Amino acid sequence: MVRFPKATTAWLLLTPMMTIIIGVVGYPLIKTVYYSFTAAHLASPATTDRWVGFKNYLKALGNTKFLDSIENTAYFVSVSVSAEIVIGVLVALLLNQTFKGRTLLRALLILPLALPTVVNAMMWRLIYGPDFGALNALLTQIGLMAEYQSWLGDPDLALWMVAVADIWKNFPLVALITLAALQTISKDLIEAATLDGANAWQRFWTVVFPAIIAPVSVALVLRTIEAFKVFDIIYVMTRGGPANSTKTVSFHVYQEAFAYMRIGSGASYALIVVLISAVLIATYLWLIKKQGNTA
Amino acid sequence: MIQPSKTQTIIVYSSAITLGLILLCPVLWLFIMSVSSTKDLTTLPLQWIPEDISFENYIKLIGDVDSTSAESFLYALRNSLIVALSATFLSLCVAIPAAYSLSRLPGKRRKSLLFVAIATFMMPPVALVLPLYSAMASLGLLNTHIALIAVYCGILVPFTTWLLKSNFDAIPIDLDEAPLIDGANRLQIIWHITLPIAKPALGAAALMAVLMAWDEFFYALLFTNDIRAKTLPVAIADFAAGRVADYGLISAAGILATIPPVSMAYFLQKSLVSGLMSGSVKG
Repeated sequence: MVRFPKATTAWLLLTPMMTIIIGVVGYPLIKTVYYSFTAAHLASPATTDRWVGFKNYLKALGNTKFLDSIENTAYFVSVSVSAEIVIGVLVALLLNQTFKGRTLLRALLILPLALPTVVNAMMWRLIYGPDFGALNALLTQIGLMAEYQSWLGDPDLALWMVAVADIWKNFPLVALITLAALQTISKDLIEAATLDGANAWQRFWTVVFPAIIAPVSVALVLRTIEAFKVFDIIYVMTRGGPANSTKTVSFHVYQEAFAYMRIGSGASYALIVVLISAVLIATYLWLIKKQGNTA
Repeated sequence: MIQPSKTQTIIVYSSAITLGLILLCPVLWLFIMSVSSTKDLTTLPLQWIPEDISFENYIKLIGDVDSTSAESFLYALRNSLIVALSATFLSLCVAIPAAYSLSRLPGKRRKSLLFVAIATFMMPPVALVLPLYSAMASLGLLNTHIALIAVYCGILVPFTTWLLKSNFDAIPIDLDEAPLIDGANRLQIIWHITLPIAKPALGAAALMAVLMAWDEFFYALLFTNDIRAKTLPVAIADFAAGRVADYGLISAAGILATIPPVSMAYFLQKSLVSGLMSGSVKG
């Protein structure tokens, strides 16, 4: 039998993976770059060769609707990710205590995570229903509100309500990651700090915080990357409305390319999204690399 | 051990109950809607507990095979199963040798490949969808399972490679030495040595992959257009977008689509948690 040198074997084992990455990711990405410099239109294939230079980019950067969609996305990402981190860490601190029903509660955290994203969006859309929704019924029946609200129909509220649906689904991930980190802290350390007279607040900052900061920052960046791509809950809950108040970048690109069929300019929007994502992904890789070196 | 004070106990239990309610209530309400009549769901004030519980909506979706809602739901279920399971199986076949190579036969250039892989599956799909769409269209693959399986492999292969690599790293490299001296090749070592030890990791990877494929919406929405290939997320979005808002029916579809991933996640809870961990924080 032939024995390959080590490096050859290594590359051979990697070949199928590289083929897939090149075929399904590398090639399309390069093609998107190409499209972004053309006037390509979905309905007429001949247009794919019509070179327009940087025109699409210049137009994109001057397009207030696109810029608004970036702003909406930034808004959505900061609201939902910061809430997910704060709630996730608080929940992890709670689950790190000993109390009855802790295992059950921990198991319940998996429910939102495993619930399909589209079902989650649909569920919250029904809960927010303007005519017969449960949220309206609950808030009026306990007397917090006088009359029914159109939660998703109000441009000032809609993005917040969509963020709530996202927070509900994703804070458990942050909680589980943080909980795993908390469980590595020795009980003796906490007790020693307590005996030295540190109160709960001081204990958090001196003992707990240093132990969880690395995994929590990884979770933060990971959630930011994911939230930045948000499409499905927007599609199901609001389709970008009302008055474009929930239109995110992914949704904008989708409309430009598939509703208006302008592939060229859609591609230039998409690549601006990629550039922003690339910064986030690079941060993420840097973080896990750093963590891998210390762990 | 320091005894917690009474106030502390009260705070812990009341937060625990609040958390439990927040996690459970939305899904519980989805279930109640699915067994309520349209009349109970469209009265004011809202009827929280349905007057009579009926599983009619479920029958409409999976029992009465001749109805149009059952047709679209059952086909979508079939499509989701085919796509998620095939994409997962193929991805693991590709990811296992790749992960082994990255873990056992490291080289400087190959090491950076791992980071390329991680960056790959985090790439926003809008960056790739246009060329993929035209490629699928010219190959005549739009509205087929193959298109979705291929595209999902692009997401799942890098993800599972990463997840498995960090798990293979934990297996002592010495185990490979003896069979290597006896003349076994690397594929034999993967099959006979690495995989049996890495079974839990393999399970976690498969579980995460199935869940991700089951959940995918963006490509499925764009690449499919009728019951031959539409997956569950797309079918549910269709139900929810329907002109006649049949809240009960939509809810029942949601509950049915949730049962497979949630029950899998619970049976394999340990795998899920370990999968989430090694698939997010380890480099």
